[in-house]
Amino acid sequence: MRIAVTSTGESLISEVDPRFGRAAFFIVCDTDTMDFVAIENENVAGGAAGIGSAKRVIDEGVEAVLTGNCGPNAQRTLDAAGVKLYIGVTGTVAEAVEHFKSGTLTIAEGPNVPSHFGMDK
Amino acid sequence: MKEVVVISGKGGTGKTSIVASFAALAKNAVLADCDVDAADLHLILNPDVKRTTDFSGGKLASIMTDKCIGCGRCEDVCHFDAATFDGPGNDVVEKTYTIDPISCEGCGVCVHFCPVDAIEFKEAVNGQWFVSETRFGPMVHARLGIAQENSGKLVSLIRKEAKRIATEQNSDLIIVDGSPGLGCPVIASITGADRVLVVTEPTLSGRHDLDRVIELTKHFNIPTAICINKWDINPSIAAEIRDAAHSRNLQIAGEIAYDPAVTKAQIAAKSGVEYSNGRLKGQIVSLWESVLGVF
Amino acid sequence: MLDNFVVAIASGKGGTGKTTVATNLASAACDSGHKVQYLDCDVEEPNGHIFLRPQIAASRQVTIDVPQVDTEKCTACGQCGQICQYGAIVCIKDNVLTFEQLCHACGGCFRVCPDDAITPKPLEIGTLACGKAGAIEFVSGQLNIGHVRTPTLIKEVKRHIHPECLAIIDVPPGTSCPVVEALKDTDFVLLVTEPTPFGLNDLKLAVELVRELSLPFAVVINRYDVGNEKVEEYCEAEGIRVAARLPDDRRIAELYSSGKMIVRELPEYRNCFVDLVGAMEAHR
Repeated sequence: MRIAVTSTGESLISEVDPRFGRAAFFIVCDTDTMDFVAIENENVAGGAAGIGSAKRVIDEGVEAVLTGNCGPNAQRTLDAAGVKLYIGVTGTVAEAVEHFKSGTLTIAEGPNVPSHFGMDK
Repeated sequence: MKEVVVISGKGGTGKTSIVASFAALAKNAVLADCDVDAADLHLILNPDVKRTTDFSGGKLASIMTDKCIGCGRCEDVCHFDAATFDGPGNDVVEKTYTIDPISCEGCGVCVHFCPVDAIEFKEAVNGQWFVSETRFGPMVHARLGIAQENSGKLVSLIRKEAKRIATEQNSDLIIVDGSPGLGCPVIASITGADRVLVVTEPTLSGRHDLDRVIELTKHFNIPTAICINKWDINPSIAAEIRDAAHSRNLQIAGEIAYDPAVTKAQIAAKSGVEYSNGRLKGQIVSLWESVLGVF
Repeated sequence: MLDNFVVAIASGKGGTGKTTVATNLASAACDSGHKVQYLDCDVEEPNGHIFLRPQIAASRQVTIDVPQVDTEKCTACGQCGQICQYGAIVCIKDNVLTFEQLCHACGGCFRVCPDDAITPKPLEIGTLACGKAGAIEFVSGQLNIGHVRTPTLIKEVKRHIHPECLAIIDVPPGTSCPVVEALKDTDFVLLVTEPTPFGLNDLKLAVELVRELSLPFAVVINRYDVGNEKVEEYCEAEGIRVAARLPDDRRIAELYSSGKMIVRELPEYRNCFVDLVGAMEAHR
């Protein structure tokens, strides 16, 4: 399965970025082979970051997103594409993927932070 | 590493002067001037610019005069009165249309609807941002061009760069001179900050704007403290502000009396704590310790 | 008599005394027999009402048209999402999502939809209040927090300018696009500054803007006896007229802090504002 994990860096041992819309990178990986690609997030300094980031990962054909927090605009967009959102994810990207595979992650019910939350970090 | 953002709601309350003093007092900090519309911090900190980058906040439409057929579709569809029939003639028509770059909001609608594809839609250069060295450490600042939309995008860029430098240099603190007002640039200045300091003045106007600013910081859940600047101009309104802060569980981090030394320091291109050795310095140091005290 | 004349009171820097000048000028002009309107275009932080204490007769919400999608008619062609520069309307698979707060009301999505599936829906962006402060006609806008359409609300406030009046516009501080909207199509601009390095720096930005907009202007120096000579020197060198000077009188600061009018409480300053009206008449 193809999933995206928000990341502070470009490798599987980078820490998960707690924000979605303004995450530094998206690690898009195949959970079976662990092949992955790191995508630098171009939405960090823009308006509509959540929406832009959601569209980006949707274009990558992912079925799920793993992150710390996600705001309302991004969540609506992911939802419209049928992409599942897992929140409260911490640790390294590799650890996050393992937790996802073992089914221990929390799926988001609704957006867990107000809009604009992750704008600086 | 912690980030402290100083905002004011109303302009002219002394935000930038206080940030300059904080820069002088901080041991290992990166400075960010996010007041991009009317930046003043550089007048005290005297930055030595190391790197300049053009900033583009959006696009601008512009009509290629030789392709224009004068049909006026651009004027019909423009919601911002940016297209007017006052351009020079070409081989085909006596008069063409032009787009006023000041009024153009970069929405791209005219570009889409021009029947002859005569309108270019290019990234505009709306300003520049700088990475500099100052006597107090690295500073990231910017100049937004005249008549530009201040969407907060440039503010976000400045904070991102300041954060990057702080991480690289192992700084303890990022001090941000925030935008005045309540709009997107202020929101972009404060979200995710560890602490916001609102510099207010004991006036009815200041009080009115303080209420609106606090609504904003509460909405984003950012721990907020208040500084009452020039408190002695109106002690009774200063007291009202203290009471209002108390009832909303907001800390009064400090109070500074009106002091001509502030202007004198500014003229000498020094921060208040560098210039003064008396009451002013004492009050600012106390304010600083109070702001840092929560970390 | 000054009628059919629109004066904008602006400043590069906040806190220099724009509202002080605008409200006291309105009052002095009114007392001198002019028919005066005061329009508060500082819609993020309107303060004119604190000093003029108007009786508000009418107040309404100002709206912009944001897109509303009829999912029955929508064929998910994606054109609306493509034309929108602001992320306010977005196409994801077969769904069209709208994010109203990002909408700049450019009208693009309505025009481009081939299926007539998008209709306008009003979104409230702020309030507009009208009333009277004595004989002064008072109009003010206040933007709802979190909204981006400041220029739209300012335009609405300015629609109330009456050709028979002397209209005084209180402009937001700075030089960004809300300021441009407030300054557009005015007859004269008074730039309020203070003689300090920050004041001079921001005055230069404001001068650049009014020159870009080809508007006639003059400078008012507030607290002229603090600071240094550089603002005066700059105005002299640039051929800019200094139309008035107010001293750094602590009593002025105290009156301002309590929302009181200088022309009422300190009659010795009344002349300063009456003269300023005269200076504008002369310019005309």
